[in-house]
Amino acid sequence: MFSIKRGQSSSIIPGFGLSIGITLTMLSLLVLIPLLSVLLTLSGTTFEVFWKTVTDTQIIATYKVTFSCALAASLVNLIFGIMLAWVLVRYEFPCKRILDGLIELPFALPTAVAGITLTTLYSDKGWIGSLFDKIGVKISYTTTGITIAMIFIGIPFIVRCIQPVLEKLDRQYEEAAFVLGASRPRTFFKVILPEIVPAALSGFGLAFARCIGEYGSVVFIAGNIPYKTQITPLIIMNKLEQFNYAAATSVALVMIIFAFVILFLINSLQSWISRIARG
Amino acid sequence: MKYMSFLKKLPPTVLTLAVMLGLFAGYAAKGGGASPAIAAAGKTSQAVEITNVSYDPTRELYAVYNKLFQEYWKGKTGQDVTITQSHGGSGKQARSVLEGNDADVVTLALEHDIGELEKAGLIDAGWVGELPGNSAPYTSTIVFLVRKGNPKKLNDWDDIVKPGVEIITPDPKSSGGARWNFLAAWGYAIDLYGGDEARTKQFLKDLFGNVTVLDSGARGSTTTFVENGQGDVLLAWENEAFLSIKGHPGEFEIVTPSISILAQPSVAVVDEVARKRGTEEVAKAYLEYLYSDEAQRLEGRNFYRPSNPKILEEFSDTFNLKLKLVNIDDDFGGWAAATEKFFADGAIFDQIYKK
Repeated sequence: MFSIKRGQSSSIIPGFGLSIGITLTMLSLLVLIPLLSVLLTLSGTTFEVFWKTVTDTQIIATYKVTFSCALAASLVNLIFGIMLAWVLVRYEFPCKRILDGLIELPFALPTAVAGITLTTLYSDKGWIGSLFDKIGVKISYTTTGITIAMIFIGIPFIVRCIQPVLEKLDRQYEEAAFVLGASRPRTFFKVILPEIVPAALSGFGLAFARCIGEYGSVVFIAGNIPYKTQITPLIIMNKLEQFNYAAATSVALVMIIFAFVILFLINSLQSWISRIARG
Repeated sequence: MKYMSFLKKLPPTVLTLAVMLGLFAGYAAKGGGASPAIAAAGKTSQAVEITNVSYDPTRELYAVYNKLFQEYWKGKTGQDVTITQSHGGSGKQARSVLEGNDADVVTLALEHDIGELEKAGLIDAGWVGELPGNSAPYTSTIVFLVRKGNPKKLNDWDDIVKPGVEIITPDPKSSGGARWNFLAAWGYAIDLYGGDEARTKQFLKDLFGNVTVLDSGARGSTTTFVENGQGDVLLAWENEAFLSIKGHPGEFEIVTPSISILAQPSVAVVDEVARKRGTEEVAKAYLEYLYSDEAQRLEGRNFYRPSNPKILEEFSDTFNLKLKLVNIDDDFGGWAAATEKFFADGAIFDQIYKK
């Protein structure tokens, strides 16, 4: 738990007691207490009511929409993100710095602004949407639109996770592989990829978790039709707006559990892979 | 054991925790103590500040009304009044007040939303009767906004339920305006089918089957229809429809259906907050002045129907005054009953979407 060995100064920097105190306080005030208060709000609800609320067919439909779109978006981001990170690390080209800075824009932009802009651009009357409309593909107000919004908000996580790993990757490994006669694809899949997989996975996990909780940008592009394009965070908002705090919290709890399980699985997978990679 | 050394570190850890909690507690106490002082200081300098928490489409109205009221109040009492405005979906706004947003007055889309504040004890019981016309200084109704020339010939509710018509409306679960839309359509269909609820339900099912985008608020729907070019018809507040026409001349037309609903957006002083902040008098005057002739005309010019019948008559060129209007109390048994029957979880609105 706390990696302090006997007979050895606990850390190079003193002040463990002070810093863990601050850490625990901040974590409690910002994460633990709010999460526990979710449970507290639910304390007046019986399990039957809770179960009936969270297994309502309309709400199950929203889980499906939310998780399938988040999964699709994160997979796209995984591939696209590795490519982006590769380009930014391995090549020199004009305006590289600006491009690098642009990656973070989805973090900085208010999500509602992103949502409205994407909706307008990708609606069948918008610049990009009208091109797709010609081949019969509707983007805004469909699950495709939801996925696009999620790709937008998820991309920085994956790029920023992979970039530092790629930067540290010693080129000598690749040269060695080349000298030993490995083909380019083989070098990529056997030498480079294993190194970046743990970072890519944690980026994937972060992006996925962000996507399932995203509300601001998605509601604008979603269309919000029950059973078709409603996302779970919208249901939570709707319940709140009807002053139904218990029902909103029930659904929120399900989201917390899902998110926790998914992050836990991804983390386990990641540590398992890095153990294998280290041999 | 490795935990032993952690135990040795425990005293400073606990100490830090205690100090930090102390700091937070001290800060909170100080913050709590500071506000009455500020309020008292405000009173001596003869300036007063009130917050009006309102719903989406009243932005333009209150922007001008606040100026009018400031002049009136200055002239009457010599006191400067600053008004902070807040707008959003009606339900969301009510909830923010419920959760501690210190509003002196609320001017919301639904009596029901203010009712929630009454239930929570923030507003004294009987507020509906405190001001004329169920505490609704202006009324509105639900109309259709269609594209120029009405290409799909949508003239009444039975036209928009036909297959192939795309409807834009906000979600009644989250939007006050959308509930009026729903009830207006219900009012039409129940009349059409002579009180047959099963067929009326099917009518609403067909109607919502044609809805392509269900935004969470009235403004969102207007943006979807007007800016993003979605759908053939927008079910909108009358004033919102007029604003769209004003903002985009020559692009849209207003169609008034044969039957619509008398929408009474209610206003109330949040007694609990006003008492605490000592703004009862100005908050009450702020709402009462909404009924003055000047304010009524201002409301008319901002496309709300003035509640004063004489002044409403002055705007007969703007509004279709012959429109048959159902109303919430006589036709739906009040908001509490209507919410229970139509919009609660598992009620009629949820049922029409069930497969």
